[in-house]
Amino acid sequence: MSVPVEYYMVLSGLVFVIGLVGVLVRKNLIIILLSIELMLNATNINFVAFSSHFGNLAGQVFVFFALTVAAAEVAVGLAIIIALYRHHASINVDDFRLLKW
Amino acid sequence: MMIPLADLVTILPELIVVSVACLLLALDPITPSNRKDLLAWMSVAALAVCFIVTAGSMGDRVYAFSDLVVVDGYASFWKLLLYVVSGMTILLSIGYLKEERIDLAEFYGFVLLSLTGMMIMVSGADLLVIYLGIELMSISLYVLAGFKRFEARSIESSAKYFILGAFSSGLLLYGISLIFGAAGSTRLVEIAAAVDARGLDDSLILIALMLVIVGFGFKVAAVPFHMWTPDVYQGAPTSVTAFMAVASKAASFGAFLRVMLEGFGGMKPNWSGLILGVCILTLILGNLVAIVQTNVKRMLAYSSIAHAGYALIGLVVAGWAGTGVSAKGVSSMMLYLAVYSFMTLGAFSMVAILRRGANEGEDLDDFTGLAKRHKGAAFLMLLFMVSLAGIPPTAGFIGKFYLFMAAVNAGLTWLAVVGLIFAAVSAFYYLRIVMVMYMREPSPDQEGETRLALSPTATVVLALAAAGVVIFGIYPWPLVSLTASAALP
Repeated sequence: MSVPVEYYMVLSGLVFVIGLVGVLVRKNLIIILLSIELMLNATNINFVAFSSHFGNLAGQVFVFFALTVAAAEVAVGLAIIIALYRHHASINVDDFRLLKW
Repeated sequence: MMIPLADLVTILPELIVVSVACLLLALDPITPSNRKDLLAWMSVAALAVCFIVTAGSMGDRVYAFSDLVVVDGYASFWKLLLYVVSGMTILLSIGYLKEERIDLAEFYGFVLLSLTGMMIMVSGADLLVIYLGIELMSISLYVLAGFKRFEARSIESSAKYFILGAFSSGLLLYGISLIFGAAGSTRLVEIAAAVDARGLDDSLILIALMLVIVGFGFKVAAVPFHMWTPDVYQGAPTSVTAFMAVASKAASFGAFLRVMLEGFGGMKPNWSGLILGVCILTLILGNLVAIVQTNVKRMLAYSSIAHAGYALIGLVVAGWAGTGVSAKGVSSMMLYLAVYSFMTLGAFSMVAILRRGANEGEDLDDFTGLAKRHKGAAFLMLLFMVSLAGIPPTAGFIGKFYLFMAAVNAGLTWLAVVGLIFAAVSAFYYLRIVMVMYMREPSPDQEGETRLALSPTATVVLALAAAGVVIFGIYPWPLVSLTASAALP
């Protein structure tokens, strides 16, 4: 007896919305980065759940790609955040006012 | 496991570009600083080779890697345009990077990596491949935007670009995962089959469609997903801004159109209305906000948003009309983006070479009385501004003419009228620069402060851009027939 695919979709939907809201309301760049990771991981839950639902291995292969891309993105993102911290001594998005939003 | 040779030959241009990019990154530290130009010329040579390879195989539709990658006339058209644009960016950067004292050959490596991403995007036949292309393009651009890492503005623009870019990719990827759930595959052909079979009944497909439109909306900088554009364009080094405004926009439009037509072609009535709304919002906001800008780079950023609005008219026509006219929408959009590339690159090149002391002359004031001091430069800027405003006999007029004709043919005459009205509005802020250059006297302190940092390669870029604007304005037929033959049906 396996867990129905709908349950996974609800879970991934919840994780995705948590990430989405996190990006929109939080002010700390690291937390925003973590929220983006939540959004990407929600995607991975979807891919794996659909993959097992269809018996189609392609979904699991996508997860590898998504994980790799997310890792590359975080590497560049953290480097940018460090460079930013050297200029502003802060990673709060409200402190970045050189360019108007 | 062996990769078939035929598949590798199909993606030969991508392989050349990515291997030269890696070679550049490896050679950069061991090249003496007075020899860095060689690396730039190496990347230009690689682009020339790719141009010949792509132009030689133009026309035939070839699938590779079990239908993950497609090379057809449509993809080849975008690739040719992207080679030209990247080559011009590199030539412009040779002098610019020295002027800004960020003369690292890494720069050219990242331009080529980003170009690889764009090439993969436009020839992806599978949403996952398109996603990987988008990410390769975007991650390289985040780095390029922060290339002046000792300048707070550049890093800040890079951070903003990164956050919003990663956010939009997250939305897009979630959309792709839902499509995978609905269609059981991410191939565009199989998505089209699922859409035809179930379409509106499947709420998964609808949600996924929305997410895909939002994700691409961010990449092409359409309103209401444009917030990052002015900040990023203003803060990034100007040659990077030119590259982002032109190449990444063209590639995103190329991939967007293919996904909408080949993947979601069965739901045209559902998305064409939505895109129509986005298109009109983009035209209104881009043009109106550009009027109040006093920084030329920021003004050009809003102008690039407005031009995304014009290009979207082509997508609306492609979704709105029947088969014959639909292809006209596609080809007019391709024509418009090709023309837009030349004039926008030209305008940003002018901003890049105009210096105020050690900084860039990017304020409207820095252009004051330019015609009195540098007649040629002022005339070129005039040419680009007139073309951006869409006044004949420049290429900008031809681009707008074909777009509006396509809209009229599709029965959207009122949309063409809206486009015309906003073209007239845009003339106000483009011609203001011309007015400032020709009608105002330069102040005495400005004589000493602003100067042109004209390197031989930047001259070539300006000449190419001006030639594109004039030649396609007077004799557009080669470009028109090329876009007509390369358009997706």
